[in-house]
Amino acid sequence: MSQAIVNLVYLISAVLFILGIKGLSHPRTAVRGNLMGATGMFIAVVVTLLDRHIVSFEVIIAGLVLGALFGTILATRVPMTGVPQLVAIFNGMDAGASMLVSGAALEEALSGGFFEEITVVFSIFAALAALIGTLSFSGSLIAFGKLQGFVVERPVLIGGRHVVNGLLLLVCLGLSVWLVVDPSTSLPFWLIVAVAGVLGVMLVLPIGGADMPVVIALLNAYSGLAAAGSGWVVSNNLLIITGSLVATSGFILTALMCKAMNRSLANVIFGGVGAAVATTREVEDIYAGRVKSASPEEVALLMESARRVVIVPGYGMAVSQAQYAIRDLVNLLEPRGVEVEFAIHPVAGRMPGHMNVLLAEANIPYEKLKEMEEINPSFAQTDVALVIGANDVVNPRARDADPSLPIAGMPIINVDQARSVVVIKRSLSPGFAGIPNPLFAADNALMLFGDAKDMVVALVAALREA
Amino acid sequence: MEAYIPALTIFALALFLGFEVITKVPPLLHTPLMSGSNAISGVSLVGTIVIAGQDLTTLTTVLGFVAVLMSTTCVVGGFMVTHRMLGMFRRKA
Repeated sequence: MSQAIVNLVYLISAVLFILGIKGLSHPRTAVRGNLMGATGMFIAVVVTLLDRHIVSFEVIIAGLVLGALFGTILATRVPMTGVPQLVAIFNGMDAGASMLVSGAALEEALSGGFFEEITVVFSIFAALAALIGTLSFSGSLIAFGKLQGFVVERPVLIGGRHVVNGLLLLVCLGLSVWLVVDPSTSLPFWLIVAVAGVLGVMLVLPIGGADMPVVIALLNAYSGLAAAGSGWVVSNNLLIITGSLVATSGFILTALMCKAMNRSLANVIFGGVGAAVATTREVEDIYAGRVKSASPEEVALLMESARRVVIVPGYGMAVSQAQYAIRDLVNLLEPRGVEVEFAIHPVAGRMPGHMNVLLAEANIPYEKLKEMEEINPSFAQTDVALVIGANDVVNPRARDADPSLPIAGMPIINVDQARSVVVIKRSLSPGFAGIPNPLFAADNALMLFGDAKDMVVALVAALREA
Repeated sequence: MEAYIPALTIFALALFLGFEVITKVPPLLHTPLMSGSNAISGVSLVGTIVIAGQDLTTLTTVLGFVAVLMSTTCVVGGFMVTHRMLGMFRRKA
């Protein structure tokens, strides 16, 4: 098949990818958008299989069949709470594949194959794909490990890590220069792969669990850049277009997540936030004698007489799988004339949009899931704000300008403005930021101590009896 | 250098286009956006297929095979899990 036709089909694929993402602008069109993307990918693969350079199909077919099998198993088996891990692992594989394409293309060129000419630009992008691809690959594996609980979730702070990381990066840059200057060997390429692999591990280990939304988004951006880089190496426009789309998506999400925490990207990546814990004295000062504990029955009475209830879910909801019990709670309150909505903080959970997926899984209609900016003005007219497994995102101390606080200036959900606030939480232990939360000691706040799911189930039972 | 200008042009324009399209995705759908972009960034598959099929050296064949395997897993898994998630977003019954 002539290269012109192949490239035309690639153009159609690129258009389908763009329309696919465009479909995600609304839940109504999103399923169709995803199918358009899949169609674009399918025709791209089919037309590639007709490429005249292909002499042997066994290896390709084996890879395609096995990959499709693994992908299907992963996609159908993973529980919705495990989606962040799945995205991390896919990210890593994407980035790894982009690195391998560049490496193989380089080897191919050296042995006089299809890519006979090694230009300076070829070498530069091969080095780029090796660096970013491998870094993103090993970083994603660590992120996966942290999310899955294989790797310690709290930041692992190794002394002098900034110096070590700086040196590793310098070594990579030096090797890249070598690759560009001396195109007769692939050795520097594989050395970059080895060093960047260590760098990826070193960069993600010091980042704590609650900062994972930023890390996953950033790794996503890197895997896009690696794909675009490999697109240059194998001169394929489809790879360049798609890679840059994915990279923009990742960078936009990264920026949104950072903004939602009022922290710079540098602070998230290098700051090691989450390692500090508040002193007992500070905790005493805030909580002493002011925290009121309530029973599920008392809270049920409070909710039953309410006209408007806003539920604020956090990572604790995901951990205890409370979303189904919450759905039952909503289904009991609504027939009694209580208006129920959800307030979703952009960084609640372990990846962008995590809470929405979990609540949608529990059959809660998406119209009820409100963004922070949209719902915040309504708390003055809200009778009960129910906080389930969230902490830092409702901490009023974020409004202080005190820059020593890790959450200073972070936009929060204004639950403290509601008539009453009920917080379901195991204990008064601090959230990820390691600071106490004066909300728990506020006059209008009641604590419902216990596991998120158990407490919501108890609330549902109390409401049924009432 | 000359030969790379069109690719650079495409890259720059795609960045702007990506910005326009992706800023319109609501936070509600940010997780499907990530899994969906995972799926499409598996497009490196088209590069890996050509390399895996050339049967040039054992090394490139092995590298090609691993790359085809990884990107196919991402493509198939990414589109499927996105489809599964999107099916959960329902309006009021």
